[in-house]
Amino acid sequence: MSNGSSFHRAAAALLLALAASPVHTATDARLAATLAETGLFEAGSVERIRGSNQAFAPQFPLWTDGQAKRRWLYLPPGATIDKSDPDRWDFPRGTRLWKEFSAEGRIETRLIERLADGSWRFASYAWNAEGTEATLAPAEGIPKRGIPSRADCLACHEGANVPVLGYSAVQLGGMIAARSPQERAAMGYLHGNCGHCHNANALEATGLFLAQSAASPVRSAAATRASVAERAAEILRRVQSANRYIRMPPIGVSVPDSQSAAVIEHWIQQDLQPHREASR
Amino acid sequence: MKRFMLSITAVLTCGAVIIPQAIAQPAGDPVARGKYIVSTSGCHDCHTPWVLGPRGPEPDMTRALSGHPKDMAMPPAPSLAGPWLISIAATNTAFAGPWGVSFTANLTPDRDTGLGKWTAKGFKDTIRTGRHLGRGREVLPPMPIMVYNNFTDADLEAIFAYLQTIPAVANKVPEPLQPPAAVAAAK
Repeated sequence: MSNGSSFHRAAAALLLALAASPVHTATDARLAATLAETGLFEAGSVERIRGSNQAFAPQFPLWTDGQAKRRWLYLPPGATIDKSDPDRWDFPRGTRLWKEFSAEGRIETRLIERLADGSWRFASYAWNAEGTEATLAPAEGIPKRGIPSRADCLACHEGANVPVLGYSAVQLGGMIAARSPQERAAMGYLHGNCGHCHNANALEATGLFLAQSAASPVRSAAATRASVAERAAEILRRVQSANRYIRMPPIGVSVPDSQSAAVIEHWIQQDLQPHREASR
Repeated sequence: MKRFMLSITAVLTCGAVIIPQAIAQPAGDPVARGKYIVSTSGCHDCHTPWVLGPRGPEPDMTRALSGHPKDMAMPPAPSLAGPWLISIAATNTAFAGPWGVSFTANLTPDRDTGLGKWTAKGFKDTIRTGRHLGRGREVLPPMPIMVYNNFTDADLEAIFAYLQTIPAVANKVPEPLQPPAAVAAAK
């Protein structure tokens, strides 16, 4: 690839296409062609958010190369979220959530929607350069702009108890059974960035339990401490790496979150490992 | 260096010698079905290290499906130009190309270095999505995910069931390497 020839690029594309992921999601025909049609904005505007859409912010946001994010939730009139299980909030049919990603301008706005049959679907809308319109991104995403495929949406959102990751008891201020502010910050980062896959349901085989539970916070915190202590070096190497074949999370990140990585490293070295030594 | 490299043509030609006999697949036996699929779908071509035997290159079945040997450190791949694009190790377990260097995985049921802790669901998710366990990094070339994605769920479950029965080989395969340009850009 050093000479950058078009042949090499074409051949590389072919080879990577052979390994590309298939997509099994709702058809484009059922999705609105533009973001404006999804009900996020007031009629005729791409700036003013409809009053029925509630802004929210999770306390442990997903790192996406430092991009700024805004989020909104829509619930159908009269509908409520069943919160009887604090770790599995049951959203009503018709729920919609949007997340807008910005750097020097709006890049994309993602949509999650719960359909009448109870299933969830995912879409992304790519903003034009002028920021005047966002149109439905193709199912395979727009890799050169960092917009994920719909299969990649599922890779993260299908691993958790509920596909909505940022609107949950833990993310909206629930307690984490941390022993110090430092531990809370580290566990919170791991919950928000890793826990949707590294939990007992999605990836038990990896032996990492990084999701916090609102129902059993002491137990989940203990599981996180134990698994992080067991594989501290590997975890640090992966969260600090810019190597796309090694880094974690594997999707949506090309620049490591160095600040959070430093928090995790400090927690492991100054808090977690001394506690472990003392308990032996 | 030539001893370490084979052309794609040579590898593909050699691939025909893997299966000396027809393999029976009793109806309803997923392990037998899995063995049949593994043995006829080229899994050994890349996941079993090849050695140079008296009849030429052949898979080393004492290390069947154990992936790229951990003790085989690969030198930097040669720089290729023009229509030559890919370098392949003599074992047929390491591949260098525009994506960097990929090493074939250990498919044996070793718990620490193979698929011993995997589940059938994780295996299926890998083939269905092209990502490790359906959620991790991409599965890299030359693994023909697009081809194997045509297997039915029952086929994939049978493959996994068979792989869990073969001898475990402790062999920690190296992590893939990024292409030099990506490594330079990250510095």
